[in-house]
Amino acid sequence: MRKLSLNKSLALALLLAFACATTAFTATPSAAEDIKLGTTTSTADTGLLDYLEPMVLKDTGLTMRWIAVGTGKALEHGKNCDVDVLMVHAPGAEKKFIEEGNGVSRAEFMYNDFVLVGPVKDPAKIKGKGVADSLKAIAGAKAPFASRGDDSGTHKMEQNLWKVASLPVPDKDSWYIGVGQGMLATLRIAAERGAYTLTDRGTWIKYEAKDQGKSGLAILSEGDKALLNQYSIIQLAPKCTSIKHAAAKKLEAWFLSPVGQKAIASFKLEGKQLFFPNAGK
Amino acid sequence: MDYFSEGLTKAVALLLALDPETFSAVWATASVTALALIASLLMGLPLGFALGHFHFPGRRGVRLFVDWMLSLPTVVIGLIVYAFLTARGPLGEWGLLFSVPGMALGLTLLGLPIIISMTATAVESTDSRLTQTLLSLGADRWQLLWATLTEARFAMALAAATAFGRIVSEVGIAMMVGGNIKWQTRTITTAIALETGKGEFATGIALGIVLMIVALVVNLLVGLLRGRANGSAGGHRAGGGRT
Repeated sequence: MRKLSLNKSLALALLLAFACATTAFTATPSAAEDIKLGTTTSTADTGLLDYLEPMVLKDTGLTMRWIAVGTGKALEHGKNCDVDVLMVHAPGAEKKFIEEGNGVSRAEFMYNDFVLVGPVKDPAKIKGKGVADSLKAIAGAKAPFASRGDDSGTHKMEQNLWKVASLPVPDKDSWYIGVGQGMLATLRIAAERGAYTLTDRGTWIKYEAKDQGKSGLAILSEGDKALLNQYSIIQLAPKCTSIKHAAAKKLEAWFLSPVGQKAIASFKLEGKQLFFPNAGK
Repeated sequence: MDYFSEGLTKAVALLLALDPETFSAVWATASVTALALIASLLMGLPLGFALGHFHFPGRRGVRLFVDWMLSLPTVVIGLIVYAFLTARGPLGEWGLLFSVPGMALGLTLLGLPIIISMTATAVESTDSRLTQTLLSLGADRWQLLWATLTEARFAMALAAATAFGRIVSEVGIAMMVGGNIKWQTRTITTAIALETGKGEFATGIALGIVLMIVALVVNLLVGLLRGRANGSAGGHRAGGGRT
């Protein structure tokens, strides 16, 4: 008897667990078509995709399911045909991606911009300078600089800016801090170490709204053309036979349409417009 | 401390308001954990028993391998499973990447060595005393097997609880293989990682508290089962001298 009751209760527990697990899969209704969007953390973390999701669903019948990772990883997902379409912001890497036969087209549709932030005391005296001069001043003063160091779009932008400033990309220099984490983590580390860093404006707005200037970081260089951050939608190569090419084109068409462009412009973070539509420009 | 008190309030609010996003994450966590744990137990208990009970050539090598696998970093498991499940990987046709069963597969690889290793240890430690006693009492092979299993069942329950704890709190595999897709593969732990990345520390802590509550409920249930099994077995094994 005793063995039986133990067995019974064990079996019951297993059954329950199975029931839970199986209903979890069947319970999600999917009248609309899902589309897997490989994208970067910036579009997800700012809330842009959450904001656009219901509009996309209403206009196209597509439910966006995004996998938000660093640009390097997002491109890798695209290369391996693990997502249906890409929405990324690293033009150089994107062009290479297409040249290598992983994608067929690249449509620019919006941009936001980067800003150079640093300690209010500004030890390298970069305030008001263009971005190239600023980086030269930072390297010259050996002032601490926090780098994302994670192969993300922002990291790639930063590496490119060193080249724009005709400097070697710092690596083992003692003042150069390779963080290897997300933008907010990098900003926090920059604040702790009194370092300069490059950030996208969206993350900066959120950081600033929370922090209210307590950390002593401020925008020191902005508005330079080299700091524009272009987003594009990439259609993947036909070699990806199992993905939804037609749905991907439909999604792209929405983002490029006047309706989609207007929706992007209407998104506000802490009351500020963050993304600027520029399809076909 | 602000984060913590704010997180605590928020956790209660999320639970009381039956916040759909939170419950979706709880659901994803529950189903992925249940699947992975069941798979780990179904494979791990017999394998662990065999490893602890039978003496075969190469046994110590196998044991060493299993114990070695306990140290496999979850990020590496995530990468390996990704390499298999990606559309262009060997198992790509199964379409398991960024899905709950895919995550469960990865988490099974995490739970399996724990179950095998701990079951083997439990069986080994009961074996020597028990076998001789039972044989001298004239038990046959099957009775011997059954007795060993019942004797080791609390240690196996501990193995299951340990594996549960590791699986339910895992984040590397869940992130890499699950993709943290809202309403689908976003578990509590990947949601915490997301909220932390967004700078919403209090929400992250709130979700952490939610996870701990879920774990507590599971542990209470298991405790209840154990208590009942213990109670009904109590009279029989009063002189068992269990330590």
